[in-house]
Amino acid sequence: MSDLIRRDPRTEWIARNRLHPLHAELTAPAGDVRGPTGLLRKNPHGVGFIGPNGLKRIDRLAIQLGESGPQGGQRRGAKAAVEVQLPLVTVESPDFYVVAVLDMVGGRLTGHDKDVLGQGHKLVAATEGQGAVVAVTFGDSKEEAFDKAGVDRLIQFTGEQYEGYSPEQRVTALQAVERELDPEYWLFPDSIAGGQELGCRLAARLGERPATQAWQVDAFTSLCRGGSQRIDISRETPRLLLLGEECADQIDETRHEATVIELAGVPGTLARIEDCGAVDVDPSQVPLGEAEFILSAGNGIHDWDQFHQAADTLRATEGASRVAVDDGFMPRHRQVGATGTWVTARVYVAVGISGAIQHMQGIGQCDKVVAINSDAGCDMVKRADLSVIGDSQQILAELIRLVESRQQGGAENAA
Amino acid sequence: MQPDLSAKNLNVTSLISVGQHPKSGRARRAEQDARAVELGLTLSGDQLEMLHVGAGDDAVMRSYLGMGLPKMTLLKQDDGADAVPVLCDYLASHAPDILLTGVRAESGEASGMLPFLLAEKLGWPLVSRIAEIGDVKDGVAEVLQALPRGQRRAIKVRLPFVASVDNAAAEPRQSAFGPGQRAGINDMPVAGGEDTVRAGWEESPARKKPKRLKVVKAKTAADRFKAATAKASGGGGKILKKETPTEQAQAVLDLLIEEGVVR
Repeated sequence: MSDLIRRDPRTEWIARNRLHPLHAELTAPAGDVRGPTGLLRKNPHGVGFIGPNGLKRIDRLAIQLGESGPQGGQRRGAKAAVEVQLPLVTVESPDFYVVAVLDMVGGRLTGHDKDVLGQGHKLVAATEGQGAVVAVTFGDSKEEAFDKAGVDRLIQFTGEQYEGYSPEQRVTALQAVERELDPEYWLFPDSIAGGQELGCRLAARLGERPATQAWQVDAFTSLCRGGSQRIDISRETPRLLLLGEECADQIDETRHEATVIELAGVPGTLARIEDCGAVDVDPSQVPLGEAEFILSAGNGIHDWDQFHQAADTLRATEGASRVAVDDGFMPRHRQVGATGTWVTARVYVAVGISGAIQHMQGIGQCDKVVAINSDAGCDMVKRADLSVIGDSQQILAELIRLVESRQQGGAENAA
Repeated sequence: MQPDLSAKNLNVTSLISVGQHPKSGRARRAEQDARAVELGLTLSGDQLEMLHVGAGDDAVMRSYLGMGLPKMTLLKQDDGADAVPVLCDYLASHAPDILLTGVRAESGEASGMLPFLLAEKLGWPLVSRIAEIGDVKDGVAEVLQALPRGQRRAIKVRLPFVASVDNAAAEPRQSAFGPGQRAGINDMPVAGGEDTVRAGWEESPARKKPKRLKVVKAKTAADRFKAATAKASGGGGKILKKETPTEQAQAVLDLLIEEGVVR
């Protein structure tokens, strides 16, 4: 054959005519195409697709999400959220350690814990040599995202002796960490969930003078809040720090190893303090703002006696939406939302609440939300971790029955 | 509530400090220390020993005394001096059964270390943030500890022990002016070492903490737009629609049990 390059007017015509049945086959795909001479050609017309109204559309998000080019006029539906794999930071043989002792309320990292880990990485970056942030936890943990919170090494103390209120045994364990790792810094969250107590105990044991309520810390100076939040104290950064909330930015752009370190062994201590377990507190006496478990009622509740009974059986603090309060079914101090109380409950059960934006603001800090509702399309269902669609009266009745039978069964087992 | 004066024969010491009003900065009864005194009064009546180390602002000391105590002990030293060694010496010789303190001071460094340092030096157990002390029997005290979220925990601890009193403890009684003025203050001059570490610190009025900004790390304009306009949503919650009410209730209960709110 000759080397002459010949045009094919018919294919060119089909390529121009998007209504032609062969159009899709002849349109060059996006990206690089070999031209007739073997040269690499880019087809700028291949990018995008024809929208339903006949106009060309370029879906840049789809390209970012790694989807292939145009698909003959078909718009992609819901894009699957692709988990972005963060870069892994490894520390093979650390020169020093920064130990962060975490609260782990309910077995999970709190925001305060993550702040403390972030501060740990800030101190590692400011110190010469390669350092690793070691997280120390007590008791069983449900946390899975240690790596994303910035934990290079993990020490978990589990077992009966660390359950409940066991500060003396915990301090002994931390002393073992001190002997083994000789940390450059000890970091604790200055929180009422146990971090402050443990930090102070260890400081007293080691004879360190800690910086307390520290909120701006670098390798040289720390800024600490003083009494009644009235003064700031600027001082040299000590080895042991009790850090306030939002002391540093959390780690969110890297992954870390979270390698578990096993310690050789922790000596037992003579327990002079005996934990006799939690005492039943009347849930209606707990202030709504700090209640842990709230059963909240809205417009969907018709049988109020049953609702009160359910709250009593579940031992939950009662909350209400604005409608229920305005209609006079619940007192004003039980209202959850922008005009009521901003709650911090760990578990929030919303019965018959559709989820006005003011109400959603009020439950913004809640961990787990359960919705019991008859409307599957409401905003509360979108926010909830578990949604149950049905008649709230029936479901509450079943719930009461199940809890009661469980309590009786438990009593029989115990007896 | 009248203090129970029945002979429990408990030696209780409450440490008191000069408080500070959070807004005006005026010296006052410290809230937690006043609660510690209240708790001590219910435990041992006017046998309670009230102890202060420092210069001892007279008006404040008398407002504590006005809670119904005939006398108190003042270990007099400069306000900047270290209180721990002085207290250790005093407590080692006087040996109370229960030592009550506040959790944190209301002025100065407010590190909250004092009860921990005392417990460590004296070798006594320490229970932090207590709300109530119940029965004391055979050298063992039943203590109710205040936890976050209004919860309580029962604890048994051997005497003697140190306890820091939380804000959840019973409110302190009102202070009566006259009896407070008539009560006696036993001055004991002591010489505590100067706090040399603290001399190097700089103190300034508290600055406002910067609020953390919500940074949207979006690569494209469309993402940023979405982040600015979209409603917060959990995304990917489980929805039970067709199950019977029993199954649905069971699912809810399972979640509550898993989260540990239903026991």
